[in-house]
Amino acid sequence: MAIITYREALNQALREEMRRDPRVFLMGEEVGLYQGAYKVSQGLLEEFGSKRVIDTPISEAGFTGVGIGAAMVGLRPIVEMMTFNFALVAIDQIVNQAAKILYMSGGQYNVPMVIRGPGGPAHQLAAQHSQSMESYFYHVPGLKIVRPGTPKDAKGLLKSAIRDDDPVIFIESELLYGTKGEVPDGDYTIPLGVGEIKREGRDVTIVAYSTMLLLALQTAEELEKEGISVEVVDPRTLRPLDTELIMESVKKTNRAIVMESGAGFAGIGSGIGAIISEQAFDYLDAPVERVTGANAPTPYARNLERAKIPSKERLVAAVKKVLS
Amino acid sequence: MQKLERKELVDLLRQMLLMRRFEEKCAEMYAMGKIGGFLHLYIGQEAVATGAISVLRPDDSVIASYREHGHALAKGCDPGKIMAELFGRADGLCKGKGGSMHLFDKTRHFLGGHAIVAGQIPIGTGAAFASQYEGKDQVTLCFFGDAAVNQGVFHEALNLAALWHLPIVYICENNRYGMGTAVERATPVKDLYQRAEAYGIPGEAVDGMDVLAVRECVGAAVERARRERIPSFIEAKTYRFRGHSMADPGTYRTKEEVEREKQRDPIVLFRNHLTAEAVIKESDWKALEKEVRTAVEEAVRYADASPEPPLDWLLTDVYVSER
Repeated sequence: MAIITYREALNQALREEMRRDPRVFLMGEEVGLYQGAYKVSQGLLEEFGSKRVIDTPISEAGFTGVGIGAAMVGLRPIVEMMTFNFALVAIDQIVNQAAKILYMSGGQYNVPMVIRGPGGPAHQLAAQHSQSMESYFYHVPGLKIVRPGTPKDAKGLLKSAIRDDDPVIFIESELLYGTKGEVPDGDYTIPLGVGEIKREGRDVTIVAYSTMLLLALQTAEELEKEGISVEVVDPRTLRPLDTELIMESVKKTNRAIVMESGAGFAGIGSGIGAIISEQAFDYLDAPVERVTGANAPTPYARNLERAKIPSKERLVAAVKKVLS
Repeated sequence: MQKLERKELVDLLRQMLLMRRFEEKCAEMYAMGKIGGFLHLYIGQEAVATGAISVLRPDDSVIASYREHGHALAKGCDPGKIMAELFGRADGLCKGKGGSMHLFDKTRHFLGGHAIVAGQIPIGTGAAFASQYEGKDQVTLCFFGDAAVNQGVFHEALNLAALWHLPIVYICENNRYGMGTAVERATPVKDLYQRAEAYGIPGEAVDGMDVLAVRECVGAAVERARRERIPSFIEAKTYRFRGHSMADPGTYRTKEEVEREKQRDPIVLFRNHLTAEAVIKESDWKALEKEVRTAVEEAVRYADASPEPPLDWLLTDVYVSER
């Protein structure tokens, strides 16, 4: 076990998979010469050359489409979105093409491709650079959605995503790149669609991923001092979703809170909350609570941005509400 | 280009005639309710796909829009499987899941029919990228209509192909209308091929009603792509004799215009040419007609005999694996 940053973990995953499989290549804005806008691809150009670490013009729809075509005929592209907000420029290629080609072709052509980059609110990046894009893609059959919260998960899941035969939306976070954690030595993968109990507890289940996972864990620690035992379930992959693990936890604690940093309306919490209500209604001692971002674009002003994003105070209030 | 043998010339005529008779049958089947949804016929444009695809090797890739029955036939896809797909049957090319606008055939390197205008252009560019990445000499032909050149991804893809020297030939089939909007109402550029200049790649117009001219023009571009990795943009000036789809009232153009254009029917022109050159006789034409009609009847029989897809196919092919 080594302690490394989330950023280094991703870098290792890219490096190891590119060493393992010559069909894997990385393409995106500033991934090569600039070493990555957030330095995730640091050193890859030196090791693999410009044939496999490809700087693109600012042309998200174009190079995403190139990735799709290359994947259809046998390559395994990793397309980097400098931030996931820019994926909206390529959303036709992702939703209408990448997600549907396997189905439309009756199973003939698959699209083994990873689209990755940071998403969600960071530090005062304002409305167009702070969106939690997972809820946009969560709705689309044919896409897999990964949202890792720790260095270990980031590395193991990225390796699985690269080896996966379907298109994978892999959303990192600017706020997590510098966080550190233990990562197993050597080659390991974490399967898509398998969540993890990040903290065991008895009284209430909090389903949280990415930056919200960290907030949930901190809050759980504080609530422990008050004698409230919180279980934190990290789905890690939002599609396929490990509903089994979530249900197991909810059936044990009988209370559930779902968190997300994005706007709550028609968000991830709506989806997971509905599944909990459908599958574990008889076990619930309180309605499922959602702790989500406010239903507004993300503002720039520091105080407003703070108010937009779920806070410890709001999470504590939700926990007390379901326990009352 | 080498002078063609008689057999090759007759093959071109047969290919165009098969497309024509196949699609006339499609229109009939649509009227009978056997084909649903949108049906976009290629009638009038047959010389473009026929001439262009005739220069390819079997392992070269083709990608096209939603008006792609002709391209699929030219790439060698089985007419019965295409018709079964249009009927929404289990033995269709795509198990009945794609339909008229989404024909795919991996065994023929046919990368599909795509129904978001211009959506296929970056994807075709990706196939060319893969050929170059793997050091192969496969070429991709990427077909689209005149309306596609006003979409953003058209420009993005041509820029990338030119920047990265990809082995691809973009073929714009200018049939003069994007649905009901005439080209001059959509762009101030009269000759669409001139847009190639903006990306520093060869651009050329060709008479899309002349199968031999298309063949020669695309043939040169394919060789450039294969040997020198120079992408090209070809504008094939053509005309669609039928509506945009079966639901088209045709109010945006006059009957006189359509009749005038039909005087340049690519099949009639080529048949007349081959007759004048004494390559074929009346009896050869009749034999071709018979052969093609038999093939189309056989396709309909195959499609009719195929069952509907089983209901559990609804949820298959969404993912390769659920994990």
